Amino acid sequence: MDKTEINKAEKNDRRSFLKILLSGGLAGFAAITIYPILSFLNPPKQTEVEVNSVVVGKVDDIKPGDSKIFRFGNKPVIIIRIDENNFRALSATCTHLDCTVQYKKDEKIIWCACHNGKYDLYGKNVSGPPPRPLDKFNVAIKNDELIVSKEA
Amino acid sequence: MEKKLKQIYEWVDNRVQLADLVKFMSKKYVPVHSRSIWYYFGGVSLFFFIIQVVTGILLLFYYKGSSDLAYESIRFTMSKVQFGWLIRSIHSWSANLFILSVFIHMFSVYFEKSYRNPREMTWVTGVIMFVLSLAFGFSGYLLPWNELAYFATKVGTDIVGAVPVVGDPLKYFLRGGDDVTGATLSRFFGFHVALFPGIFTFLLIVHLLLVQRQGMSEPMHLKNTAKEEKKTMPFFPNFMLRDLLLWLVVLNILAILAVFFPAELGLKADPLASAPAGIQPEWYFLFMFQTLKFLPAHVFFVEGEVLGVLLFGLAGVLWLLVPVWDRKSAKGQQNRLINYIGIFSVMFIIILTIIGWVLK
Repeated sequence: MDKTEINKAEKNDRRSFLKILLSGGLAGFAAITIYPILSFLNPPKQTEVEVNSVVVGKVDDIKPGDSKIFRFGNKPVIIIRIDENNFRALSATCTHLDCTVQYKKDEKIIWCACHNGKYDLYGKNVSGPPPRPLDKFNVAIKNDELIVSKEA
Repeated sequence: MEKKLKQIYEWVDNRVQLADLVKFMSKKYVPVHSRSIWYYFGGVSLFFFIIQVVTGILLLFYYKGSSDLAYESIRFTMSKVQFGWLIRSIHSWSANLFILSVFIHMFSVYFEKSYRNPREMTWVTGVIMFVLSLAFGFSGYLLPWNELAYFATKVGTDIVGAVPVVGDPLKYFLRGGDDVTGATLSRFFGFHVALFPGIFTFLLIVHLLLVQRQGMSEPMHLKNTAKEEKKTMPFFPNFMLRDLLLWLVVLNILAILAVFFPAELGLKADPLASAPAGIQPEWYFLFMFQTLKFLPAHVFFVEGEVLGVLLFGLAGVLWLLVPVWDRKSAKGQQNRLINYIGIFSVMFIIILTIIGWVLK
């Protein structure tokens, strides 16, 4: 190799070295700019209190054939008084797309208005799009108060 | 990879004739001379504006614009959200540096008389954007709903009320009622994140298109230099790369300031609490604030404050219209009066700001 060829090779080495250095630095800079932004967008965890049972109210607050939706932690739960002595509590969140269901007294079904999903009074999905039954909750009566708790 | 990129380029080029744009960009030259450094402050201001838009949108993800929740939502952002303190600190620091950079940009254009024919429209859009920048600062200052913000807004809107005839209705409009309340916060929030950005972006586009279309203004003393003797630099990529390098430097300065001197939140606003001692507006309002303090209660029949507001208003209008009344520069003649007015303005602003700072 003569002198000019050696020079050329050296120049190429230097060029590729600078290329790596600069593009690496730029990539690093981009990363430390984007990382805080992505972390910022990630919503902080809100501490949720674990709820195991909820006092809904007095037995006579709900007339036979009526229903009531109440908060169980952060989620809605529906309680239905089927007759004088029978209460039933089910998750009020439709298993299809998260809408909140309602009790239809005349048809004796639980109905979701969003896409016409229907459940029987045991929470079983009987018609429409819902893929699964509604989650069940236990109802207990203590000192004339309705207490709803998670199924064990 | 390269082949794919070329294909994409050609696909777009086929439809919108990018070649014209590339040709325009490659033929654009930036004059090189002893005062070229001032060309960079417009770009730096633009960079700060972009940072304000990005960090502002980020803050909007957690901010709640109501007097009951605003302070708490920012406290939440700063203490619970990852890097929340940093994003807010950058927004606050970048706002200050933006206004500083805009001041420098505007005065450099003024002293070079770059507003002269044919660039009057660039100047006018620029001055309106400058006023909007101050309005951005004023409206954004209230949003944390803390003690300082509350009283600054009370005083600021009260000064607006001193303007004859339109002052009182304007003050009522700005406050959304007789007093500074949650209604004021809602309005200022709307101004700050919707109205002002909308107007500003439109003006900015016009401003930048004019700069691209007409090219950079040359200093007046170069007009007799032969074209062959003038030095220039291609806008793309030479000038643009320098611009970007400076942006990188500026971003580092901003990050250092934001990390080591983070923006504070202070105490929540309490309409029943007394104003804290040493309360002051932001530094860019200080010279006006201090002037109003120095004016006597009455000058002849006019109230001191009213006179002050009217004089600043008049000065603002003259400043906006300088391309109209500076006839000499448009003809290429030297106009020393412009320099004297400019030097006086700069000295006035600096001295009164320092006095305001020291006297607090």
